[in-house]
Amino acid sequence: MEIHEYQAKELLTAFGVPVPKGGVAYSADQAVYRATEIGGLRWVVKAQIHAGARGKAGGIRLCSTDADVRQAVKELLGKTLVTAQTGPEGLPVHRVLVEQALPIDRELYVGLVLDRKRERIVVVAHPHGGMEIEEIAQREPAAILREVVEPAVGMQAFQARELGFGLGLAPPQVNQAATAILGAYQAFRELDATMVEINPLVVTKDGQVLALDVKMSFDDNAMFRRPNVAELRDYAQEDPREAEAAEHGLNYVALDGDIGCIINGAGLAMATMDMIKHAGGEPANFLDIGGGASPDRVAAAFRLVLSDKNVRAILVNVFAGINRCDWVAQGVVQAVREVRVPVPLVVRLAGTNVEEGRRILKESGLQIHTADTLSEAAERVVAARDAGLAA
Amino acid sequence: MSILLDEKTRVIVQGFTGDKGTFHAREMIAYGTNVVGGVTPGKGGSEHLGRPVFNTVKEAVESTGAAASLVLVPAPFCADAIMEAADAGIRLVVTIRGAVGVVTRSGTLGYEAASQMKALGVGITTSVGIGGDPINGSSFVDMLALFEQDPETKAVVMIGEIGGPQEADAAMFVKEQMTKPVIGYVAGLTAPKGRRMGHAGAIISAFGDTAAEKAEIMRSAGLTVAPSPAELGSTVAEALARQPSRPVMVER
Repeated sequence: MEIHEYQAKELLTAFGVPVPKGGVAYSADQAVYRATEIGGLRWVVKAQIHAGARGKAGGIRLCSTDADVRQAVKELLGKTLVTAQTGPEGLPVHRVLVEQALPIDRELYVGLVLDRKRERIVVVAHPHGGMEIEEIAQREPAAILREVVEPAVGMQAFQARELGFGLGLAPPQVNQAATAILGAYQAFRELDATMVEINPLVVTKDGQVLALDVKMSFDDNAMFRRPNVAELRDYAQEDPREAEAAEHGLNYVALDGDIGCIINGAGLAMATMDMIKHAGGEPANFLDIGGGASPDRVAAAFRLVLSDKNVRAILVNVFAGINRCDWVAQGVVQAVREVRVPVPLVVRLAGTNVEEGRRILKESGLQIHTADTLSEAAERVVAARDAGLAA
Repeated sequence: MSILLDEKTRVIVQGFTGDKGTFHAREMIAYGTNVVGGVTPGKGGSEHLGRPVFNTVKEAVESTGAAASLVLVPAPFCADAIMEAADAGIRLVVTIRGAVGVVTRSGTLGYEAASQMKALGVGITTSVGIGGDPINGSSFVDMLALFEQDPETKAVVMIGEIGGPQEADAAMFVKEQMTKPVIGYVAGLTAPKGRRMGHAGAIISAFGDTAAEKAEIMRSAGLTVAPSPAELGSTVAEALARQPSRPVMVER
């Protein structure tokens, strides 16, 4: 799960990470009020979207008068911002962050990531912030600093200081940077983050160390125990179908093809999509209905898949272990009766209660193609799509 | 010399007309074993590989005078087949136990692999789902090491997916430390970059994370990569057929 920059800054502030003075605004009036509250002579207005590279796309405006702030907000709010990271569709701007603008001396990079190879949280730092870490890794890999955190004891102050000195900071700034890094680490651990990126961490001309831009991602599976983070989810930043899927406990990822997929298990879902590709088709989506799929959930899955207008055929592939084929079959029958399914449907059931499941499908009298094996299922759905296209 | 049977011993094959039964019976005939017929319930009266097929072992013994049986039926029916042979007076039963270890990041894809193997008469020693998280309690390498040590496991199926360095680590382990054949598959050919595909760990975020890259790493480390997820079972069966199989003898 992703959150906005201003939300990440609020969270990190609670862990002692210093950030510039600022606040969120939903309107021009509110933004001007924020600027007045912050004081000073210059402000930045930053579009809040779940993607980076906003500066180059015109999503970050420097302002020196109230009128500037008002104008910037008017130009950003309600617009769709397309950046190098959003894809061509862009993301909607419904909120802006108004912050004090500061004279900056140095920009550094600090990122906390889960290193899958080391099976540890690793803090990565680089003396040249502002770029993407991938770009940094390409241009100046030798200058990347890494501290691997031992999970049993957590990040130690000396590790944070080593990073600070490694970044070439003067002693007073080393201590400030260490505070920021240790705070970010605490937040990572205590909020079940999967990534915290402070890019850039800046040293201002008057010697303050501040997190100028931050990005945080969280482990979806842990959000049940982090309600204060979970409530920050902004559905407007997500594909509406993916947001709806989440409400039904389904896992959906929209893709470009035309064969809708309803499958149990993430691995089987990916393998089924692979088979569709082998058979000459393209999957329209990834959809894992999970274990214990009730008829209601299966029906929700059908509505979701059919809301994609590109879908020309649907494949249901369930290998029931914890699931039960009879329940899935009931769900399919219920869904086909409730939700009109205007495209050919192929169902492959296997595993627990498969005979009962097949009987339910057969006796329903509905037009459902069945398949016994994975390859049969993929071939039939591609053939059904082709037949539909020809008709 | 062979102490339990010779070239004159009349042998029947239970599960005669199945893939596995057909394969082994054909080889046995080619090598000079006196295969006098076989049993497949429901196919009695027909002919297969030029030999008669019977519905029951009793009929087969009465008609051919068979004294030995090779049992090549799927594991759930194996005990029943051995009992039937014993009851019909067969003195020597040869059966092959599960020989393949399975380790997978995905539970349901593990079922799929097991079902394909079962359909081909290939049994499993142990199947381990290590889970779809970015960091697992048990890794592919942990499980491969145990399978390598297990005398009953003749081959291992390793089912990976997009995201993370585990498959590459495992491929190196196979190359450097394993003697048993390992059959690999990596799910997620069609997965887009940067999107989590259900599992927390199934996300393409770094170099080497895609299914194609991982499959290539596996291949170059000497693993046999199944060309599609529908060919997991057949790829395993072919790898096993290349292995000298050690049957288990049961003598009365």
